[in-house]
Amino acid sequence: MQRRFVSIWFRQLLADWQLIHRPELAEVPFVFAAPDHGRMMINAVSPLAAISGVESGMRAADAKAICPGLEVLDDKPGRPRNLLRGLGEWCVRYSPIVAIDEFGMDGLLLDVSGCAHLWGGERGYLKEIVSRLKGKGYTVRVAIADTPGAAWAISRFGKVTPLIPIGGHPEALLDLVPEALRLERPVLAKLRKLGFYHIKSFISMPRSVLRRRFGEDFLLRLAQALGTEDEILIPLQVPVPFQERLPCLEPIKTRTGIEIAITRMLENLCKRMQSEGKGLRTGVLTGYRIDGKVVQVTIGTNGATHSISHLFKLFQLKIDQIRPALGIELFVLDAPKVDDVEVPQEQMWTAKPGLDDQSLIRLLDRVAGKVGSEVIHRYLPAKRYWPERAVLQARSVTEKPASNWRAEKPRPTELLKRPDPIEVMALIPDHPPKFFIYKGVRHQVIKADGPERIEREWWLDTGEHRDYYQVEDDQGGRYWLFRSGHYGGEQQYQWFIHGFFA
Amino acid sequence: MLSFIEQIMDTKKEIFLKLQQDILLWQGFKPQATGKAERVGLGEIEQAFPGGVFPKRAIHEFITVLPEDAAASDGFIAGLLAILMQDGAACVWVSTSRRLFPASLSTFNVEAERIIFMDVKTEKDVLWITEEALKCEGLAAVVAELNNLSLIESRRLQLAVEESGVTGFILRKDASKAATTVATARWKISPMLTENEEGMPGLGFPRWRVDLLKVRNGNPGSWVMEWAGECFEEVKNVSKADDGSVWSEREDRQIG
Repeated sequence: MQRRFVSIWFRQLLADWQLIHRPELAEVPFVFAAPDHGRMMINAVSPLAAISGVESGMRAADAKAICPGLEVLDDKPGRPRNLLRGLGEWCVRYSPIVAIDEFGMDGLLLDVSGCAHLWGGERGYLKEIVSRLKGKGYTVRVAIADTPGAAWAISRFGKVTPLIPIGGHPEALLDLVPEALRLERPVLAKLRKLGFYHIKSFISMPRSVLRRRFGEDFLLRLAQALGTEDEILIPLQVPVPFQERLPCLEPIKTRTGIEIAITRMLENLCKRMQSEGKGLRTGVLTGYRIDGKVVQVTIGTNGATHSISHLFKLFQLKIDQIRPALGIELFVLDAPKVDDVEVPQEQMWTAKPGLDDQSLIRLLDRVAGKVGSEVIHRYLPAKRYWPERAVLQARSVTEKPASNWRAEKPRPTELLKRPDPIEVMALIPDHPPKFFIYKGVRHQVIKADGPERIEREWWLDTGEHRDYYQVEDDQGGRYWLFRSGHYGGEQQYQWFIHGFFA
Repeated sequence: MLSFIEQIMDTKKEIFLKLQQDILLWQGFKPQATGKAERVGLGEIEQAFPGGVFPKRAIHEFITVLPEDAAASDGFIAGLLAILMQDGAACVWVSTSRRLFPASLSTFNVEAERIIFMDVKTEKDVLWITEEALKCEGLAAVVAELNNLSLIESRRLQLAVEESGVTGFILRKDASKAATTVATARWKISPMLTENEEGMPGLGFPRWRVDLLKVRNGNPGSWVMEWAGECFEEVKNVSKADDGSVWSEREDRQIG
């Protein structure tokens, strides 16, 4: 994927921050100063003070002479970093990787590869960032480019457009001043002395010459801006995965060894999950074997849990699938899916048993782990008459039925998956069969109830309706029979058996 | 003189009762705590069990050969489940070829959403799940449809049941194979002709012949039971089925 970076430059970070907190200072020129070698040196300047000619790096006393009524505020070391960290954490909404610009300590660098389309393209993305930050009270300049160095340069010194197209950054850098390359002061002075006022004037020079004159650091900065050297951003928030590693001194090949390894890792993982209120939903155990192969087993749970004994039991079912061969030297336990765990209240009396019973949930986990979760079914009533669709698969263990089970119409205790055709002798028009032959056995019908007509759900499928009869034969067997279609209709009618009553 | 004889009879009765209980204890039968001796609504049949109490901490085996028997057994078990699941507990139903229709269970006052069905492919899985489920104390009952059950396997299930107190029902399709199990009770439920009030057309309440083939420390027997809408009811005088075919020719018969 093409990598893209955004640089956000806060032009007057401290002044903007002060104005947000003390709006009454809007009419007053002010500076931030800190003691340095027994005098107060100015570190940051407000826009009003800057108009009067005050610059950072001046002595506070000199500045007061230039600009009467100047307010000198105390600066605290490390304040810009704290401010940037707060802003960076806020900016995580735009990209997961946000880093503080360590060179100038006045901006942020964002790795936005694959993020911009969420705001409708890069233009909309930058506009959103600028307008939101402006709304907060910060004046910012932003730029987007293929490398952090180029984005940094364009955001501070670019004059044409903040949107540098893919691969267009070397060209965009040509007209900029050398300061755009994040260079140290002595190097900059040397460049100016030699008459290099723009990057284009030295970019095509041989690298060996540049190295001799300006040092290795200069080449690194140049390469980082051009993209020939990777620059690693240190994200503010590192997403810490739920992962445990257990390297083994001796390769492990016994079942006992693997069990000990799993327990050891679960102990650490569960402790961490418990402290964060999380529970495991999916767990992956990876074993790296000494012959270079990788073995992996996966478990899943029906409810988030951080119980060591339960998770261990689930892994125990899978140990057979681990082939250690010559031995496993590294175990990694991952929890790719975790959920908030519901903390059960301590109970003085044993709880009423039910579907949310812990032991039942654990049973389901074990069954799902050994046989597969697809074997577990739970049914809820569906508001439909067609027998095959009268029940609905529940999606979770605790899902409540939306309606009551209907009991007014007789339904067979055992329902055949698909109706079996039978041979029948019945009187027309709507009498139940006198007898029927099912699997070669003749059943003489003694008593019957019906018919109950069930129409097909025409919006789902086409076909004939069914006329159901509940019949009892001379042996006491009770059956659910139906005739599909009308006698003498266009379609051929056929009798079926569909179930057995208790 | 007469009162003296009565007195002797009474003491004899007491001695007999004491002896019976002692024998039960020696045979390893643990009487249930009196506080927990609840009825399951089987009436007379409960007297066949030791102490006159339906054993909940036990494996009950049902022999079902014909599909009609299976349906009858399902109905009978559902009637028992209604009582066992009264306190809101769930039930597990394990099978390789399940036909039970959840929507029909409301007839027996069972909330089908509290039954968890596990439809597996092999008998081995059925056994494994049954044993695990029987160890699970939060359940009311476990129903397993099994064809083969060896002595050793049934012993394992019995041990699990004794630990947890979950009632186990085993539906066995083949009666001939492996007849020796350690099940506490072996039942055979077969459907019987229903009967209606005099002159009423159509089918009556589901009626079964309940054969208790084997009871540990109890007395086997045979009864005729009916599911009378809300509860089991014993039918004392079973009349011979009349041959006349009756069909409910209701005037206001509704279609649909």
